[in-house]
Amino acid sequence: MTSVLYDAPGPKAKRRNLLFSVVFFVLLALLLWWVWQTLDDKNQLEWSLWKPFTTSEAWTTYLLPGLADTLKAAALSMVIALPLGAVLGIARMSDHRWVRIPAGAVVEFFRAIPVLLLMLFANEFYVRSTGIPSDERPLYAVVTGLVLYNASVLAEVVRAGILSLPKGQSEAAMAIGLRKSQTMTSILLPQAVTAMLPAIVSQLVVIVKDTALGGVMLGFTELLNTRSTLAANYANVIPSFIVVAVIFIVLNFILTSFASWLEGRLRRSKRSTGAVVGADKVDDVNAAEVGGTYGTGAGGTI
Amino acid sequence: MFDFLSDYDDPSLLGAFWVTVQLTVFSAIGSLIWGTLLAAMRVSPVPLMRGFGTAYVNIVRNIPLTVIIVFTSLGLADIFGVTMGAPDDFKLKYFRLAVLGLVAYTAAFVCEAIRSGINTVPVGQAEAARAIGLSFSQVLRLVVLPQAFRSVIGPLANVLIALTKNTTVAATIGVAEAALLMKEMIENEAQTLLIGAVFAFGFVVLTLPTGLFLGWLSKRLAVKR
Repeated sequence: MTSVLYDAPGPKAKRRNLLFSVVFFVLLALLLWWVWQTLDDKNQLEWSLWKPFTTSEAWTTYLLPGLADTLKAAALSMVIALPLGAVLGIARMSDHRWVRIPAGAVVEFFRAIPVLLLMLFANEFYVRSTGIPSDERPLYAVVTGLVLYNASVLAEVVRAGILSLPKGQSEAAMAIGLRKSQTMTSILLPQAVTAMLPAIVSQLVVIVKDTALGGVMLGFTELLNTRSTLAANYANVIPSFIVVAVIFIVLNFILTSFASWLEGRLRRSKRSTGAVVGADKVDDVNAAEVGGTYGTGAGGTI
Repeated sequence: MFDFLSDYDDPSLLGAFWVTVQLTVFSAIGSLIWGTLLAAMRVSPVPLMRGFGTAYVNIVRNIPLTVIIVFTSLGLADIFGVTMGAPDDFKLKYFRLAVLGLVAYTAAFVCEAIRSGINTVPVGQAEAARAIGLSFSQVLRLVVLPQAFRSVIGPLANVLIALTKNTTVAATIGVAEAALLMKEMIENEAQTLLIGAVFAFGFVVLTLPTGLFLGWLSKRLAVKR
């Protein structure tokens, strides 16, 4: 597509592109130079601030436990949200109106609310109504908030996964006399799960990113939270931010690449029906295509 | 039942939601502009710009918004001395920093939405535009982008709704918007459930009409092919 937008550059266009490159390069270089100078002025480039990251202490005391908590919250949320989302998604496709409508309402409601509100509410609920010790409470609150939100998002993914299967699948199942529940559990769901895998993996990225909210607002000891303890100890604000950002980028980049590899593999695979809910499809799974309510269908991948 | 609401006047309930709306509107405008520029860079004939656009999107998309927003306060404001034109007015300064963070983050998603929109424009359109001698910027401005924008209203609406919800992250640097007020209220008042319901309702009111209106608009403006 890219090359369709412009002709193969001739001598004049080549000169112009070179000019743009040079101007753009100079602007970028100026910006980087300003960043570098400021950091130098504020002594953020001194080796003593970066040195902690070459020792094991900074990693074993701060960063790795933080990363472990981030991953723990993300994994727990995904494991709990997935079955819940499957139930909600299937309920939303039910033939019975009294099942379909409440399920739809729950899904649309939790997708419309910021996950931070859910976390804050869950935290306060646990404070007042349960005896969960205060050091474990942030984890519970973060996971609860993430589960409520992501179960609703995954419900839509499940629905899209099942709808993406060729109609012949359920028709054939009905023709050999399977019940509706049998059709769902032994024909549609197993195929839909494969089709949904890329979307599920990319939803993991969203979950990993959202755990950071709990770190600041609820004191959950995930990576961003342990960063501030680390920075308080070594007085290295900028280096610690850079290191933490790089950890997040690498982690999420691996997940994103895995999702698109999975997607490509499923599309090529001969054994499946070729139905795939792509990684970027999460927010397209909104009303217009699937014919649900025009709601707040949103924000799947953000 | 709602008596406690009158104890809060800085900000009041409506005041806090007004800040949320302002954060959303300013960030939406900013990220639409910056995101379109990034998309143009990503399809441009200049390799350096293409590389920059790709790198920006891949880096920013994979960092949690919370990290970016917290960095605008602890990094940009405290270390780099960025005051956003309001060195003495702390409220305004952190509001603007939050908008900056939201724009930087959301633009990456706007860019991807627009780029996918560019891909939906049939190849013949761009080919015809080139055949009559238009330059790259003319092809993009006059032929491809107008069609692309119409087909991405749906995805952009999703980004906008996500942005509305993401403005709550500004609470992490003390911008007095809805989520921060909810945190304060829910910790001090007895009616946990009621407070939760009021704020949830507020966000449903903000996001639902946006979704409905833009959904209607995207159907209306869709390029019929």
